[in-house]
Amino acid sequence: MLRVEVTKQLGEFSLEASFTSEGRVTGLFGASGAGKSSLINMIAGLLRPDRGVITLDGETLDDTSTGAHVPPHRRRIGYVFQDARLFPHLTVRQNLDYGRRMNRLTEDPAQHARITDLLDIGGLLDRRPGKLSGGERQRVALGRALLSKPRLLLLDEPLGSLDEGRKVEILPYLIRLRDEGIPMVYVSHDAAELRQLATQIVMLRNGRVTALGGVKVLTGSTPA
Amino acid sequence: MFDISPTEWTAILLSLRVAIIATLVATPFGIALAWLLARHNFWGKSILDALVHLPLVLPPVVTGYLLLLTFGRRGMVGAWLADNLGIVFAFRWTGAALACGVMSFPLLVRPIRLSIEAIDRRLEQASSTLGAAPWQVFVTVTLPLALPGILAGMVLGFAKAIGEFGATITFVSNIPGETQTISSAIYSLIQTPDGDRAAGRLVLISIVIAMGALIASEWFARRATQRLHGN
Repeated sequence: MLRVEVTKQLGEFSLEASFTSEGRVTGLFGASGAGKSSLINMIAGLLRPDRGVITLDGETLDDTSTGAHVPPHRRRIGYVFQDARLFPHLTVRQNLDYGRRMNRLTEDPAQHARITDLLDIGGLLDRRPGKLSGGERQRVALGRALLSKPRLLLLDEPLGSLDEGRKVEILPYLIRLRDEGIPMVYVSHDAAELRQLATQIVMLRNGRVTALGGVKVLTGSTPA
Repeated sequence: MFDISPTEWTAILLSLRVAIIATLVATPFGIALAWLLARHNFWGKSILDALVHLPLVLPPVVTGYLLLLTFGRRGMVGAWLADNLGIVFAFRWTGAALACGVMSFPLLVRPIRLSIEAIDRRLEQASSTLGAAPWQVFVTVTLPLALPGILAGMVLGFAKAIGEFGATITFVSNIPGETQTISSAIYSLIQTPDGDRAAGRLVLISIVIAMGALIASEWFARRATQRLHGN
């Protein structure tokens, strides 16, 4: 269970959001500038709230009243960025292996094989990120985050940088992941995307939560 | 023309040794300083920045004299090092290496700093979300991505070190076999009645070394760009 109750002032923009999520896939829905990325960065630990609490499965990740802050590398929260952010100096194989090495996990060939199969990236292992298409990069980024064995996976507009054709290519993989059962927070401004993926919706507008609930809250909503 | 005499060989080898040691010892300091200047804001940063660049604009003889005052046998630091650690710089090749290291430091730091500034910090964020502690981020992402800049800085620093003259001769004089580098050997030769040919040979060798270093530095810079684009 993820509990977020934070405020953050970023220049002129103020974010004040609280929600609790038990859903397998929590969709953070809103227009660009609604505060989705700031919120997800706080869950990842990359941004610290001015005030508030973030807990995951009972563990406190941030609590400004006690000064508690678990740094990103100790959160075991995977993050798939819109722009993939693969390490350009490493091959696909080394990118995939990165989280395991940093967390000093033992090698798990079965898991590795399962995820490379699931994402169809077995044929890309010896390539450098510079030689991959946008869709391939995003699949490798997904695999890299999953192989670090996170307890929660954050996805920030993972289809945002792809054209329509590529989106259709990635979406089935995301649905497969959801059905694997790993909890996810999925950020998007695309209601159709969330309808297919999310089990619970947190709707954001101008830094405030305006609706909470099942995917039906998306009905008739425009991300304005 | 190409009969290189033993004295000339000694000067060439000494120059190489001095420049290589100066570069290798200065590099870790250069990386630390470049990282500090590229990534941190602190009180006195512009003063530190100016201090690093000082040897570039001060007359070399001034730098050499300051080194002599500080690291000479009677200098504050020099006396302490000699008494406690047995390290002597004055009139030794180690002093030449120190002078060359100081003089080439700005050229070493600059490309490293630029390459660290060019690194996409979002890659370092990605690394931390994958479980890398700050030092692991530095070793596995920052350093490898800055490597071409580090090598370029080392090559430039080396080229500067091997050609250093003013500060070296002021600090450790011009003793054949101990502190007489290519530069000071050329200086001595052109003051000798028939030293022209020998001087010419050493001049030619200097040009070859400098050209080689510049070409290598350019090559590393190109590699840096490629690397950051993931090819």
